[in-house]
Amino acid sequence: MSGTNVAIIDYGAGNLRSVAKALESLGAKPLVTSDPKEMEAADAIVLPGQGACDSAMVALKSHELIDTVKQAINSGQPFFGVCLGLQLLFDSTEEGNADCLGIIPGRVKRFPSGLKVPHMGWNTVEFQDTKHPVFQDIPQGSHFYFVHSFYADPESSDVVAATTEYGLDFCSAVAQGNLVATQFHPEKSGPMGLKLYANFLRMVGSLA
Amino acid sequence: MLTKRIIPCLDVDAGRVVKGVSFVDLKDAGDPAELASFYDKEGADELIFLDITASSDNRGIMEEVVKKVSENLFIPLTVGGGLSSIEDIRRMLDAGTDKISLNTAAVHDWSLVAAASNRFGAQCIVVAVDARSVPQNAPIANTGGTFTLDPESRWEVYTHGGRKATGIDAVKWCRHMDAVGAGELLLTSMDSDGHKYGYDIDLTSAVSDAVSIPVIASGGAGSPDHLLHVLEEGKADAALAASIFHFGTYSIAEVKEYLAEHGVPIRPIENR
Repeated sequence: MSGTNVAIIDYGAGNLRSVAKALESLGAKPLVTSDPKEMEAADAIVLPGQGACDSAMVALKSHELIDTVKQAINSGQPFFGVCLGLQLLFDSTEEGNADCLGIIPGRVKRFPSGLKVPHMGWNTVEFQDTKHPVFQDIPQGSHFYFVHSFYADPESSDVVAATTEYGLDFCSAVAQGNLVATQFHPEKSGPMGLKLYANFLRMVGSLA
Repeated sequence: MLTKRIIPCLDVDAGRVVKGVSFVDLKDAGDPAELASFYDKEGADELIFLDITASSDNRGIMEEVVKKVSENLFIPLTVGGGLSSIEDIRRMLDAGTDKISLNTAAVHDWSLVAAASNRFGAQCIVVAVDARSVPQNAPIANTGGTFTLDPESRWEVYTHGGRKATGIDAVKWCRHMDAVGAGELLLTSMDSDGHKYGYDIDLTSAVSDAVSIPVIASGGAGSPDHLLHVLEEGKADAALAASIFHFGTYSIAEVKEYLAEHGVPIRPIENR
Protein backbone atom coordinates (compact mmCIF):
# COMPACT_ATOMS: atom_id res chain seq x y z
CA MET A 1 0.00 0.00 0.00
CA SER A 2 3.05 2.22 0.23
CA GLY A 3 3.00 4.91 -2.40
CA THR A 4 -0.68 4.50 -3.23
CA ASN A 5 -1.82 7.58 -5.12
CA VAL A 6 -4.97 8.93 -3.52
CA ALA A 7 -6.80 11.91 -4.99
CA ILE A 8 -8.57 13.94 -2.31
CA ILE A 9 -11.33 15.92 -3.98
CA ASP A 10 -10.82 19.63 -3.38
CA TYR A 11 -14.06 21.58 -3.60
CA GLY A 12 -13.30 24.00 -0.78
CA ALA A 13 -14.24 21.68 2.09
CA GLY A 14 -12.50 22.09 5.40
CA ASN A 15 -10.93 18.80 6.39
CA LEU A 16 -8.80 18.07 3.33
CA ARG A 17 -5.51 18.51 5.08
CA SER A 18 -6.32 16.26 8.01
CA VAL A 19 -7.37 13.45 5.65
CA ALA A 20 -4.20 13.98 3.60
CA LYS A 21 -1.98 13.88 6.68
CA ALA A 22 -3.56 10.69 7.94
CA LEU A 23 -3.01 8.96 4.57
CA GLU A 24 0.53 10.33 4.37
CA SER A 25 1.33 8.91 7.81
CA LEU A 26 0.40 5.50 6.36
CA GLY A 27 2.81 5.84 3.46
CA ALA A 28 0.27 6.80 0.79
CA LYS A 29 0.74 9.70 -1.60
CA PRO A 30 -2.31 11.91 -1.22
CA LEU A 31 -2.96 14.59 -3.79
CA VAL A 32 -5.46 17.33 -3.01
CA THR A 33 -6.97 18.19 -6.37
CA SER A 34 -9.98 19.45 -8.26
CA ASP A 35 -8.64 18.26 -11.63
CA PRO A 36 -10.75 15.39 -13.06
CA LYS A 37 -7.72 14.04 -14.97
CA GLU A 38 -5.69 13.73 -11.78
CA MET A 39 -8.58 11.96 -10.10
CA GLU A 40 -8.93 9.53 -12.97
CA ALA A 41 -5.21 8.76 -12.83
CA ALA A 42 -5.21 8.11 -9.08
CA ASP A 43 -5.41 4.64 -7.52
CA ALA A 44 -8.25 5.79 -5.27
CA ILE A 45 -10.42 8.80 -4.55
CA VAL A 46 -11.47 10.32 -1.24
CA LEU A 47 -14.46 12.65 -0.93
CA PRO A 48 -14.12 14.53 2.35
CA GLY A 49 -16.58 17.06 3.65
CA GLN A 50 -17.86 19.13 6.51
CA GLY A 51 -20.72 21.51 7.04
CA ALA A 52 -23.91 21.60 5.00
CA CYS A 53 -24.97 19.37 2.06
CA ASP A 54 -26.45 22.33 0.20
CA SER A 55 -23.29 24.40 0.06
CA ALA A 56 -21.17 21.31 -0.64
CA MET A 57 -23.34 20.45 -3.67
CA VAL A 58 -23.09 24.05 -4.87
CA ALA A 59 -19.30 23.88 -4.44
CA LEU A 60 -19.05 20.53 -6.28
CA LYS A 61 -21.14 21.96 -9.08
CA SER A 62 -19.12 25.17 -9.36
CA HIS A 63 -15.95 23.06 -9.57
CA GLU A 64 -17.72 20.95 -12.25
CA LEU A 65 -17.03 17.82 -10.24
CA ILE A 66 -20.44 16.18 -9.99
CA ASP A 67 -20.07 14.06 -13.13
CA THR A 68 -16.45 13.31 -12.26
CA VAL A 69 -17.46 11.85 -8.90
CA LYS A 70 -20.29 9.81 -10.41
CA GLN A 71 -18.08 8.48 -13.19
CA ALA A 72 -15.30 7.55 -10.77
CA ILE A 73 -17.68 5.51 -8.65
CA ASN A 74 -19.37 3.87 -11.66
CA SER A 75 -16.00 3.03 -13.22
CA GLY A 76 -15.11 0.89 -10.21
CA GLN A 77 -12.32 3.13 -8.95
CA PRO A 78 -11.87 2.65 -5.18
CA PHE A 79 -13.73 5.45 -3.44
CA PHE A 80 -13.90 6.59 0.20
CA GLY A 81 -16.40 9.17 1.47
CA VAL A 82 -15.93 10.84 4.85
CA CYS A 83 -18.69 12.47 6.93
CA LEU A 84 -20.46 14.83 4.52
CA GLY A 85 -18.77 12.73 1.83
CA LEU A 86 -21.08 9.89 2.92
CA GLN A 87 -24.22 12.01 3.06
CA LEU A 88 -23.62 13.49 -0.40
CA LEU A 89 -23.81 9.99 -1.95
CA PHE A 90 -27.54 9.79 -1.19
CA ASP A 91 -30.50 11.11 -3.22
CA SER A 92 -31.60 14.02 -1.10
CA THR A 93 -31.39 15.67 2.28
CA GLU A 94 -33.65 17.35 4.81
CA GLU A 95 -30.86 19.90 5.17
CA GLY A 96 -31.79 22.41 2.48
CA ASN A 97 -33.30 21.73 -0.93
CA ALA A 98 -30.39 20.62 -3.07
CA ASP A 99 -30.41 17.16 -4.59
CA CYS A 100 -27.38 15.11 -3.61
CA LEU A 101 -25.35 12.84 -5.89
CA GLY A 102 -27.97 10.08 -6.04
CA ILE A 103 -25.51 7.19 -6.00
CA ILE A 104 -27.14 5.38 -3.08
CA PRO A 105 -30.95 5.38 -2.82
CA GLY A 106 -32.05 7.05 0.40
CA ARG A 107 -32.40 10.31 2.22
CA VAL A 108 -30.32 12.29 4.71
CA LYS A 109 -32.38 13.16 7.78
CA ARG A 110 -32.32 15.38 10.84
CA PHE A 111 -31.80 13.72 14.25
CA PRO A 112 -34.99 13.53 16.33
CA SER A 113 -35.58 16.51 18.63
CA GLY A 114 -34.44 16.38 22.23
CA LEU A 115 -30.90 15.31 21.36
CA LYS A 116 -27.83 17.52 21.55
CA VAL A 117 -26.94 18.37 17.97
CA PRO A 118 -24.31 18.18 16.51
CA HIS A 119 -23.78 14.57 17.51
CA MET A 120 -20.23 15.31 18.60
CA GLY A 121 -17.63 13.04 20.13
CA TRP A 122 -16.54 9.40 20.31
CA ASN A 123 -19.25 6.86 19.76
CA THR A 124 -19.24 3.09 19.27
CA VAL A 125 -19.56 1.49 15.85
CA GLU A 126 -21.13 -1.92 15.20
CA PHE A 127 -20.00 -3.41 11.90
CA GLN A 128 -22.41 -5.49 9.86
CA ASP A 129 -19.68 -7.28 7.95
CA THR A 130 -16.45 -7.61 9.90
CA LYS A 131 -14.92 -9.52 6.99
CA HIS A 132 -15.16 -6.52 4.68
CA PRO A 133 -11.54 -5.64 3.81
CA VAL A 134 -11.90 -2.08 5.14
CA PHE A 135 -13.30 -3.17 8.52
CA GLN A 136 -11.09 -6.18 9.08
CA ASP A 137 -9.48 -6.51 12.52
CA ILE A 138 -11.44 -3.59 13.91
CA PRO A 139 -13.23 -4.85 17.01
CA GLN A 140 -16.99 -4.49 17.25
CA GLY A 141 -17.88 -1.53 19.42
CA SER A 142 -14.70 0.38 18.65
CA HIS A 143 -14.96 4.12 19.22
CA PHE A 144 -14.74 6.62 16.38
CA TYR A 145 -15.02 10.40 16.31
CA PHE A 146 -18.27 11.87 14.99
CA VAL A 147 -19.39 15.40 14.36
CA HIS A 148 -22.58 15.81 12.33
CA SER A 149 -26.14 17.09 12.62
CA PHE A 150 -27.80 14.85 10.01
CA TYR A 151 -27.67 11.12 9.32
CA ALA A 152 -28.15 8.98 6.22
CA ASP A 153 -31.15 6.68 5.95
CA PRO A 154 -30.57 4.23 3.06
CA GLU A 155 -33.57 2.64 1.35
CA SER A 156 -31.86 -0.75 1.32
CA SER A 157 -30.18 -2.23 4.37
CA ASP A 158 -27.80 -4.04 1.99
CA VAL A 159 -25.55 -0.98 1.76
CA VAL A 160 -25.35 -0.49 5.56
CA ALA A 161 -21.85 -1.47 6.65
CA ALA A 162 -22.10 -0.22 10.23
CA THR A 163 -24.53 1.30 12.67
CA THR A 164 -24.21 3.61 15.65
CA GLU A 165 -26.72 4.57 18.32
CA TYR A 166 -27.59 8.21 18.98
CA GLY A 167 -31.24 8.58 19.86
CA LEU A 168 -31.79 5.92 17.21
CA ASP A 169 -29.64 3.36 15.38
CA PHE A 170 -28.35 5.15 12.32
CA CYS A 171 -26.16 4.08 9.42
CA SER A 172 -22.59 5.10 10.32
CA ALA A 173 -20.89 3.46 7.32
CA VAL A 174 -21.90 2.27 3.88
CA ALA A 175 -20.18 -0.19 1.57
CA GLN A 176 -21.14 -1.09 -1.98
CA GLY A 177 -18.58 -2.71 -4.26
CA ASN A 178 -15.64 -0.34 -4.67
CA LEU A 179 -17.34 2.31 -2.58
CA VAL A 180 -16.94 2.81 1.18
CA ALA A 181 -18.03 5.79 3.23
CA THR A 182 -18.08 6.56 6.94
CA GLN A 183 -20.13 9.11 8.84
CA PHE A 184 -17.31 9.31 11.41
CA HIS A 185 -13.88 10.84 10.80
CA PRO A 186 -11.18 8.13 10.65
CA GLU A 187 -8.54 10.89 10.46
CA LYS A 188 -9.66 12.13 13.88
CA SER A 189 -10.24 8.71 15.44
CA GLY A 190 -6.74 7.94 16.68
CA PRO A 191 -5.03 4.61 15.93
CA MET A 192 -8.31 2.81 15.13
CA GLY A 193 -9.15 5.39 12.48
CA LEU A 194 -5.69 5.07 10.96
CA LYS A 195 -6.14 1.31 10.92
CA LEU A 196 -9.34 1.71 8.93
CA TYR A 197 -7.56 3.91 6.38
CA ALA A 198 -4.69 1.42 6.25
CA ASN A 199 -7.23 -1.32 5.47
CA PHE A 200 -8.66 0.82 2.68
CA LEU A 201 -5.19 1.40 1.21
CA ARG A 202 -4.52 -2.35 1.37
CA MET A 203 -7.80 -3.01 -0.44
CA VAL A 204 -6.78 -0.47 -3.10
CA GLY A 205 -3.43 -2.22 -3.44
CA SER A 206 -5.05 -5.61 -3.88
CA LEU A 207 -7.31 -4.26 -6.63
CA ALA A 208 -4.51 -2.56 -8.52
CA MET B 1 -23.13 4.88 23.04
CA LEU B 2 -21.79 8.43 22.79
CA THR B 3 -19.04 8.81 25.37
CA LYS B 4 -18.19 11.75 27.60
CA ARG B 5 -15.01 13.46 26.48
CA ILE B 6 -11.97 14.24 28.63
CA ILE B 7 -10.07 17.22 27.25
CA PRO B 8 -6.72 18.53 28.51
CA CYS B 9 -6.13 22.21 27.86
CA LEU B 10 -2.71 23.69 27.24
CA ASP B 11 -1.81 27.38 27.44
CA VAL B 12 0.52 28.54 24.69
CA ASP B 13 2.49 31.78 24.91
CA ALA B 14 4.52 32.86 21.89
CA GLY B 15 4.65 29.30 20.58
CA ARG B 16 5.63 27.63 23.85
CA VAL B 17 3.42 25.71 26.27
CA VAL B 18 3.44 27.41 29.65
CA LYS B 19 2.39 25.70 32.87
CA GLY B 20 3.24 22.59 30.88
CA VAL B 21 3.35 18.96 31.84
CA SER B 22 5.83 18.69 34.66
CA PHE B 23 5.79 15.07 35.78
CA VAL B 24 7.05 13.08 32.84
CA ASP B 25 10.40 12.93 31.25
CA LEU B 26 9.79 14.97 28.14
CA LYS B 27 12.65 16.16 26.01
CA ASP B 28 11.06 19.56 25.92
CA ALA B 29 8.12 20.23 28.24
CA GLY B 30 7.38 23.46 26.39
CA ASP B 31 7.04 21.93 22.94
CA PRO B 32 3.37 21.91 21.89
CA ALA B 33 3.84 19.05 19.39
CA GLU B 34 5.51 16.79 21.93
CA LEU B 35 2.86 17.51 24.55
CA ALA B 36 0.05 16.95 22.07
CA SER B 37 1.45 13.51 21.19
CA PHE B 38 1.89 12.74 24.86
CA TYR B 39 -1.77 13.47 25.67
CA ASP B 40 -2.95 11.63 22.59
CA LYS B 41 -1.10 8.51 23.79
CA GLU B 42 -2.43 9.07 27.32
CA GLY B 43 -5.98 8.70 26.01
CA ALA B 44 -7.16 12.31 25.69
CA ASP B 45 -10.32 12.48 23.58
CA GLU B 46 -9.52 15.93 22.21
CA LEU B 47 -7.07 18.71 22.89
CA ILE B 48 -7.53 22.43 23.37
CA PHE B 49 -4.72 24.94 22.88
CA LEU B 50 -5.34 28.36 24.32
CA ASP B 51 -3.13 31.06 22.84
CA ILE B 52 -2.41 33.50 25.66
CA THR B 53 0.13 35.50 23.68
CA ALA B 54 -0.33 39.09 24.75
CA SER B 55 1.16 40.74 21.68
CA SER B 56 -0.72 40.43 18.43
CA ASP B 57 2.67 40.70 16.68
CA ASN B 58 3.26 37.09 17.65
CA ARG B 59 -0.05 35.81 16.33
CA GLY B 60 1.50 34.14 13.30
CA ILE B 61 3.53 31.92 15.63
CA MET B 62 0.38 30.08 16.68
CA GLU B 63 -0.33 29.12 13.09
CA GLU B 64 3.12 27.57 12.86
CA VAL B 65 2.46 25.73 16.11
CA VAL B 66 -0.83 24.38 14.79
CA LYS B 67 0.77 23.28 11.51
CA LYS B 68 3.42 21.35 13.38
CA VAL B 69 1.09 19.85 15.98
CA SER B 70 -1.53 18.71 13.47
CA GLU B 71 1.09 16.93 11.38
CA ASN B 72 1.00 13.96 13.75
CA LEU B 73 -2.15 14.40 15.80
CA PHE B 74 -5.11 12.23 14.87
CA ILE B 75 -7.60 13.41 17.47
CA PRO B 76 -9.56 16.68 17.29
CA LEU B 77 -7.73 19.91 18.11
CA THR B 78 -9.39 23.18 19.12
CA VAL B 79 -7.48 26.47 19.17
CA GLY B 80 -8.70 29.57 20.97
CA GLY B 81 -7.41 32.93 22.10
CA GLY B 82 -7.15 36.18 20.22
CA LEU B 83 -9.15 35.20 17.15
CA SER B 84 -11.31 38.13 16.14
CA SER B 85 -12.14 37.94 12.45
CA ILE B 86 -13.22 35.54 9.72
CA GLU B 87 -9.72 35.87 8.28
CA ASP B 88 -8.13 34.87 11.64
CA ILE B 89 -10.40 31.83 11.78
CA ARG B 90 -9.75 30.80 8.18
CA ARG B 91 -6.00 30.97 8.71
CA MET B 92 -6.18 28.84 11.84
CA LEU B 93 -8.39 26.22 10.16
CA ASP B 94 -6.08 26.19 7.14
CA ALA B 95 -3.16 25.63 9.50
CA GLY B 96 -4.84 22.37 10.52
CA THR B 97 -6.95 22.92 13.62
CA ASP B 98 -10.34 21.18 13.63
CA LYS B 99 -12.24 23.76 15.64
CA ILE B 100 -11.62 27.30 16.79
CA SER B 101 -12.98 28.96 19.88
CA LEU B 102 -14.22 32.53 20.14
CA ASN B 103 -14.59 34.37 23.42
CA THR B 104 -14.12 38.13 23.76
CA ALA B 105 -14.65 38.66 20.04
CA ALA B 106 -18.04 36.95 20.23
CA VAL B 107 -19.13 39.26 23.05
CA HIS B 108 -17.80 42.24 21.16
CA ASP B 109 -19.80 41.31 18.05
CA TRP B 110 -21.88 38.14 18.10
CA SER B 111 -22.50 38.36 14.36
CA LEU B 112 -18.96 37.00 14.00
CA VAL B 113 -20.23 33.67 15.42
CA ALA B 114 -23.07 33.61 12.91
CA ALA B 115 -20.78 34.54 10.01
CA ALA B 116 -18.12 31.99 10.98
CA SER B 117 -20.72 29.26 11.40
CA ASN B 118 -22.23 30.00 7.98
CA ARG B 119 -18.86 30.09 6.33
CA PHE B 120 -17.09 27.13 7.97
CA GLY B 121 -19.93 25.09 9.49
CA ALA B 122 -21.14 25.01 13.11
CA GLN B 123 -19.07 21.87 13.76
CA CYS B 124 -15.87 23.91 14.00
CA ILE B 125 -17.15 26.94 15.92
CA VAL B 126 -16.78 26.71 19.70
CA VAL B 127 -17.89 29.66 21.78
CA ALA B 128 -16.00 30.03 25.05
CA VAL B 129 -17.98 31.65 27.85
CA ASP B 130 -16.37 32.79 31.10
CA ALA B 131 -19.06 33.16 33.77
CA ARG B 132 -18.96 34.43 37.33
CA SER B 133 -21.80 34.34 39.84
CA VAL B 134 -23.75 37.52 40.43
CA PRO B 135 -23.55 38.53 44.11
CA GLN B 136 -26.80 37.96 45.99
CA ASN B 137 -28.92 41.09 46.32
CA ALA B 138 -26.87 42.86 43.68
CA PRO B 139 -28.90 45.87 42.55
CA ILE B 140 -29.72 44.93 38.96
CA ALA B 141 -32.30 46.77 36.92
CA ASN B 142 -34.23 44.86 34.31
CA THR B 143 -33.32 46.62 31.09
CA GLY B 144 -35.30 44.18 28.99
CA GLY B 145 -32.33 43.46 26.72
CA THR B 146 -32.24 40.09 24.98
CA PHE B 147 -29.41 38.77 27.07
CA THR B 148 -28.62 41.47 29.61
CA LEU B 149 -28.64 40.74 33.33
CA ASP B 150 -31.97 40.89 35.11
CA PRO B 151 -32.84 40.55 38.83
CA GLU B 152 -33.13 36.77 38.40
CA SER B 153 -29.71 36.39 36.78
CA ARG B 154 -27.32 34.09 38.61
CA TRP B 155 -24.21 34.30 36.43
CA GLU B 156 -22.63 37.10 34.43
CA VAL B 157 -20.38 36.78 31.35
CA TYR B 158 -16.84 38.11 31.75
CA THR B 159 -14.24 38.78 29.08
CA HIS B 160 -10.51 39.45 28.94
CA GLY B 161 -9.62 36.37 30.91
CA GLY B 162 -12.28 37.00 33.53
CA ARG B 163 -11.28 40.57 34.31
CA LYS B 164 -14.00 42.50 32.58
CA ALA B 165 -17.70 42.29 33.44
CA THR B 166 -20.10 42.63 30.52
CA GLY B 167 -23.58 42.99 32.03
CA ILE B 168 -24.61 39.89 30.07
CA ASP B 169 -26.53 36.99 31.64
CA ALA B 170 -24.49 33.83 31.03
CA VAL B 171 -27.42 31.43 30.52
CA LYS B 172 -29.22 33.78 28.12
CA TRP B 173 -25.95 34.38 26.32
CA CYS B 174 -25.30 30.67 25.86
CA ARG B 175 -28.80 30.18 24.49
CA HIS B 176 -28.17 33.05 22.07
CA MET B 177 -24.84 31.56 20.94
CA ASP B 178 -26.64 28.28 20.25
CA ALA B 179 -29.28 30.13 18.22
CA VAL B 180 -26.80 32.03 16.05
CA GLY B 181 -24.74 28.99 15.09
CA ALA B 182 -22.22 27.92 17.73
CA GLY B 183 -21.52 24.20 17.45
CA GLU B 184 -20.38 23.77 21.02
CA LEU B 185 -19.86 25.78 24.22
CA LEU B 186 -16.75 25.87 26.38
CA LEU B 187 -18.12 27.05 29.71
CA THR B 188 -15.66 28.20 32.36
CA SER B 189 -16.69 29.07 35.88
CA MET B 190 -14.49 31.96 36.96
CA ASP B 191 -15.57 31.29 40.57
CA SER B 192 -14.19 27.75 40.45
CA ASP B 193 -11.28 28.18 38.06
CA GLY B 194 -7.93 27.51 39.68
CA HIS B 195 -9.37 26.43 43.03
CA LYS B 196 -9.55 22.64 42.50
CA TYR B 197 -12.69 22.39 44.64
CA GLY B 198 -14.72 21.08 41.74
CA TYR B 199 -16.63 22.43 38.77
CA ASP B 200 -19.63 24.75 39.18
CA ILE B 201 -22.38 22.14 38.89
CA ASP B 202 -25.29 24.60 39.05
CA LEU B 203 -23.90 26.79 36.30
CA THR B 204 -23.05 23.86 34.06
CA SER B 205 -26.42 22.15 34.39
CA ALA B 206 -28.30 25.44 33.95
CA VAL B 207 -26.47 26.08 30.67
CA SER B 208 -26.66 22.47 29.50
CA ASP B 209 -30.45 22.50 30.06
CA ALA B 210 -30.81 25.81 28.23
CA VAL B 211 -29.04 24.83 25.00
CA SER B 212 -29.25 22.09 22.39
CA ILE B 213 -25.52 21.92 21.61
CA PRO B 214 -22.76 20.11 23.54
CA VAL B 215 -21.25 21.81 26.61
CA ILE B 216 -17.63 21.42 27.72
CA ALA B 217 -17.34 22.19 31.44
CA SER B 218 -14.22 23.96 32.65
CA GLY B 219 -12.79 25.39 35.84
CA GLY B 220 -12.19 23.72 39.18
CA ALA B 221 -11.08 20.16 38.43
CA GLY B 222 -9.06 18.78 41.33
CA SER B 223 -9.99 15.10 41.41
CA PRO B 224 -11.71 12.41 39.30
CA ASP B 225 -14.75 12.84 41.52
CA HIS B 226 -15.13 16.41 40.28
CA LEU B 227 -15.25 15.23 36.68
CA LEU B 228 -17.82 12.58 37.61
CA HIS B 229 -20.10 15.19 39.18
CA VAL B 230 -19.95 17.67 36.35
CA LEU B 231 -20.56 14.97 33.74
CA GLU B 232 -23.50 13.55 35.69
CA GLU B 233 -25.28 16.21 37.79
CA GLY B 234 -23.77 19.01 35.73
CA LYS B 235 -25.00 17.34 32.51
CA ALA B 236 -21.80 18.32 30.71
CA ASP B 237 -20.91 16.50 27.50
CA ALA B 238 -17.20 16.90 28.09
CA ALA B 239 -14.88 17.98 30.88
CA LEU B 240 -11.80 20.12 30.41
CA ALA B 241 -8.96 19.97 32.89
CA ALA B 242 -5.50 21.46 32.98
CA SER B 243 -3.38 21.33 36.09
CA ILE B 244 -4.50 17.93 37.45
CA PHE B 245 -3.17 16.39 34.26
CA HIS B 246 -0.20 18.68 33.74
CA PHE B 247 1.18 18.13 37.23
CA GLY B 248 0.46 14.42 37.16
CA THR B 249 -1.93 14.56 40.11
CA TYR B 250 -4.01 12.11 38.07
CA SER B 251 -3.44 10.58 34.68
CA ILE B 252 -6.14 10.56 32.05
CA ALA B 253 -6.22 6.79 32.41
CA GLU B 254 -6.93 7.05 36.16
CA VAL B 255 -9.70 9.57 35.59
CA LYS B 256 -11.27 7.45 32.85
CA GLU B 257 -11.07 4.31 34.94
CA TYR B 258 -12.79 6.08 37.82
CA LEU B 259 -15.54 7.40 35.54
CA ALA B 260 -16.07 3.98 33.96
CA GLU B 261 -16.37 2.37 37.41
CA HIS B 262 -19.12 4.86 38.17
CA GLY B 263 -21.04 4.09 35.00
CA VAL B 264 -20.02 7.05 32.86
CA PRO B 265 -19.59 6.06 29.19
CA ILE B 266 -16.01 6.83 28.17
CA ARG B 267 -13.69 5.80 25.35
CA PRO B 268 -11.44 3.19 26.94
CA ILE B 269 -7.70 3.70 26.71
CA GLU B 270 -7.27 0.25 25.14
CA ASN B 271 -9.47 1.42 22.28
CA ARG B 272 -6.61 3.56 21.09
